[in-house]
Amino acid sequence: MSEEIIQDVIIGESEDYIINLGPQHPSTHGVLRLEVCLKGETVKYLNPHVGYIHRGIEKMCEAITYQQIIHLTDRMDYLSAHMNNEAVCMVVEDALQVEVPERVKYIRTILDELNRLASHQLWWCAFGMDLGALTTFFYGLRDREHILDIFEESFGSRLLHSFNTPGGLMHDVHPNFQKRIKDFIKYFREKLPEYDQLLTGNIIFQNRAKGIGYMSKETAIGYGVTGPSGRGSNFSCDIRKIAPYGVYDKVQFNEILETGCDTFARYKVRMAEMWESLSILEQLVDNIPEGDFTAKMKPVVKLPAGEYFRRVETARGELAVYVVSDGNKNPYRMRFRTPNFSNLFVMNEIASGYKIADLIAISGSLDLVIPDIDR
Amino acid sequence: MNSIAEYFTDLYKGISSLWAGMRITGKYFFSPRAIVTQQYPENRKTLKMEDRFKGEIIMPHDADNLHACTGCGICEMNCPNGSIEILSDRVANAEGKMERIIDKHIYHLSMCTFCGLCVKTCPSDALAFGQEFEHAVFDRNKLTKVLNQPGSKLRKEAK
Repeated sequence: MSEEIIQDVIIGESEDYIINLGPQHPSTHGVLRLEVCLKGETVKYLNPHVGYIHRGIEKMCEAITYQQIIHLTDRMDYLSAHMNNEAVCMVVEDALQVEVPERVKYIRTILDELNRLASHQLWWCAFGMDLGALTTFFYGLRDREHILDIFEESFGSRLLHSFNTPGGLMHDVHPNFQKRIKDFIKYFREKLPEYDQLLTGNIIFQNRAKGIGYMSKETAIGYGVTGPSGRGSNFSCDIRKIAPYGVYDKVQFNEILETGCDTFARYKVRMAEMWESLSILEQLVDNIPEGDFTAKMKPVVKLPAGEYFRRVETARGELAVYVVSDGNKNPYRMRFRTPNFSNLFVMNEIASGYKIADLIAISGSLDLVIPDIDR
Repeated sequence: MNSIAEYFTDLYKGISSLWAGMRITGKYFFSPRAIVTQQYPENRKTLKMEDRFKGEIIMPHDADNLHACTGCGICEMNCPNGSIEILSDRVANAEGKMERIIDKHIYHLSMCTFCGLCVKTCPSDALAFGQEFEHAVFDRNKLTKVLNQPGSKLRKEAK
């Protein structure tokens, strides 16, 4: 064996100025370290270092049962906890060939969209704050509170609600569920134009966001950038359209695509997705069928030996779950393909050549959640 | 000449866009009814959490200090983090049969992730979620709780 140690860092020149952005920098939204090489104020290259919040979730899954895995997936991408839960549940249901009741599918889809809205609202808050607009933080959180209250009433927790279980839901939703969602849709349709007036049209914001972080469609496909970040580069990657799950095949909605390829295009995709989510919610909320909230499942879930794969669209992109089972009650191998991991590593490509102040805007527009990268 | 006109158009557009944002903040500044901030530590007496709120795990006892836990250990088995420990005894009842009763139902709040599996899988509905959410203490040992009250007994089902 060769004794050479393969260095994965990019070696710079001697006059390069290298600074570490993070792991405690507020604009990296978590414990992410970006090793940035600067020439003056211009970013020459950057090298993301991950692993500061690695908890070994994939390995932990091998020791616990499928019902218990659900609560770990909450803690990967905590802002789209429900979609993560749903992905694991659908893998198990596929493997056991359990047909979940229609009611469960409707409620899951509604919760997906509510969770996507809450996530995009928080991204809007944080993105404005990254670029120096502190006002947006309060306005976004004010509206997000309404969604979290709906969650709290139905499942008892606001952020990490382990509400799904293989075969259905933990318990039925609260009787007020439909009424509160209708109230929220009415409320948020009035408040969403305020977002545009506050930030989208703002001249300072536009000058900082437009024309930076150019990511071509080829780059997006090459690095596997999915979700709103990929769709900002005109890369059609919406799993809800490509491989519909839940009741996404029964609702009318558009896949938002932008051709701008820059930070502002990614911003516009997310703003338009909020309107789409509202329209999906409106179509579904009155049509929830009556029925059971869970299919009949055995208390001990054992998957037949084999490999199972399922993917969903979270608020940040494509989440794929791959399970290898040897017939026991815990998986032999569990693998998560998380969207943020791919979205992070495109940063060297799209941030090189821009100023270091633009780096903050670019990383904000990718909407990274660090625990999802490290898992 | 053209660049001067462009300069002033940009200036006008910029100021009007800033004004559009300032109008929103001004609107809320002068209408105190739209304020949604809760004065949290002051409103403690009126603050009520939702019925399903997952604050902590409790074992409901009735007026005669009776609970429903048989000590079967299903909650302990289902807990993903090992935050529940059950110490049980085998005691002879009046008919001379050996019967299992719980000695201590220990709950480590510091390890709990509030997934709700113990409450859901309990066959005798002995566990429930409490509404308490202010868990900050100075000593970590205070977060380990014994859920069954001292002197409490198993509630006998009416046959």
